[in-house]
Amino acid sequence: MKSSSYKTSFDYEDLTVRSTAITRIVEEARGIRSFGFRGSLDAQPGQFVMLWLPEAGARPFSIYKDDGEEFVLTIARVGPFTEQLFDCRVGDRLGYFGPFGKPFDLRGTHLALVGGGYGSAPLSFLARNATAQGVTSELVIGARNKSLLLYSDEPAIAGVMKHYCTDDGSYGYRGLVTERLHELLRDDPSIDMVYTAGPELMMKEVVAVCDEFGIDGQVSLERYMKCGFGICGSCCVDPNGLRMCVEGPCIDNEVAKGISEFGVYHRDAAGIRHPFVTA
Amino acid sequence: MVDLSVDLLGMRLENPTVLASGILGVTKGSLKFCARHGAGAVVIKSITREPRKGHPPPIVCASGGGLLNAVGYSNPGYRHAMAEYEDLADVGVPVIGSFVAETAEEYAFLAEHFANHLEFDAVEIPLSCPHTPGYGELAGHSGTDITYEIVSALKASLRAPLIVKLSANLQDIGPVAKAAEDAGADAITAVNTLGPGTCFEAATGRRVLGFGFGGISGPPLKPVALKAVYDTFQAVTIPIIGTGGVSTGQDAVEMIMAGATAVGVGTAVVPRGVEVFRKICEEMKDLLAARGCSSLAEIRGKAHEKQLVQDLV
Repeated sequence: MKSSSYKTSFDYEDLTVRSTAITRIVEEARGIRSFGFRGSLDAQPGQFVMLWLPEAGARPFSIYKDDGEEFVLTIARVGPFTEQLFDCRVGDRLGYFGPFGKPFDLRGTHLALVGGGYGSAPLSFLARNATAQGVTSELVIGARNKSLLLYSDEPAIAGVMKHYCTDDGSYGYRGLVTERLHELLRDDPSIDMVYTAGPELMMKEVVAVCDEFGIDGQVSLERYMKCGFGICGSCCVDPNGLRMCVEGPCIDNEVAKGISEFGVYHRDAAGIRHPFVTA
Repeated sequence: MVDLSVDLLGMRLENPTVLASGILGVTKGSLKFCARHGAGAVVIKSITREPRKGHPPPIVCASGGGLLNAVGYSNPGYRHAMAEYEDLADVGVPVIGSFVAETAEEYAFLAEHFANHLEFDAVEIPLSCPHTPGYGELAGHSGTDITYEIVSALKASLRAPLIVKLSANLQDIGPVAKAAEDAGADAITAVNTLGPGTCFEAATGRRVLGFGFGGISGPPLKPVALKAVYDTFQAVTIPIIGTGGVSTGQDAVEMIMAGATAVGVGTAVVPRGVEVFRKICEEMKDLLAARGCSSLAEIRGKAHEKQLVQDLV
């Protein structure tokens, strides 16, 4: 499997805002939409892009699709920036920087992809890329209930077996994605690589399940990202200072286990630590 | 064999590159990260009395072959920073603290309640930020009299050696540097970012930065910084950290020829990666070796010797 390449340094010209227009808007779940944008980012699964809106500023978003003509981001309405974005219509123009970040390193022959919430977006991107390279995958997507579940009516992807999970059993498997992953690894010894993205405590549990079965994996570790290209330090993790916008967000399980704050705390815009709270 | 080590305010730096304040340097981990990549010393991002979220993103964008930034002193405030910067010995290189305040009294407060309780090898204060209301240039802190007042107040309370970071916008930096020296400053950092400037998104004509305008850094700042270091060297006898647009070993050598003891590196992390510290050092070694020099002392202030000869003609 070829290893992914990505930028760890940038020409100044790479950091100018580029202009694009909205090509389509799809309602994915309650308060969650996928926005299509004209053009390609030449992005890889696990990378992110900074969207820019006049007055509202810029925010980073994980990439769901990038087919060479259009890129798609799945976005939840959670604050002033996304509220302004949700007011936009097809044809409206906005800016972007990127793509940024270390993508998933596609290795393995039969994959388990475990996503919760918006973490499903980069994993769905990864699943399509894996298929294109002849690699099959088990895509495990979870949400609290059916109304929050992403991509449940997305057409089937060749080579990808989908496993939808809801906490309340309102759709698919009743239970946590990590419970479903445990079953898959127990029943299918051909799975040789596990990728995960989503809530941090879920990812921490995914890493623990991988360890139980002695399987390699990668996690997408998200931190507060201001600049996106490794200069401001807001996404540096303890204790080694790795920048999750350059040395991450996609890191090997072994690297994640060396990050003392993984699953423990994160920092806000001011750099103040906040613990992750167990549900 | 070329020896790049320098002595600065009692600190022994393996090489003259210093992580400039405001670039990474927001946690002890990020200081260690830069030290691992070859920085000779590191400066923390400036701390204020209260926590600050900083300006809204985007906080940085590219323009004119360099960067514009308006970070706006995002920091956790001195109480949280006390815990963040405990046990600095494991950073592995000298650590320079930094804090910024709105008044001379507040500067003294942060010396007593923050910096004096930590193991900083020196402390740098920026009297020169061009884009944050209440601080630096926007508070009128870059002039001669106020520099003397703030430095005097700090020297009465601060334990560590004091470095004063001056503005890139001064038409005549010499008198301000001299005022800092007269008030007891131990070193000068020349310079902060230039401007401010702005840039617009092409399709909408709207300003890109969240704050609207920001300080200019990178290659466009280099000639301004070089002249500031040159002029500062003429005005004072205390050491200078030459900062502004240093991206290559050649840039660093020019700074030292202009009179700098050490060189700040920040924006160059973008085009050359965090490995830039090590790259600059390798390039400096090659340049010095080609000149038959074995240490930085042999080239320091060289630009001024030439000038003297020309003045005589």
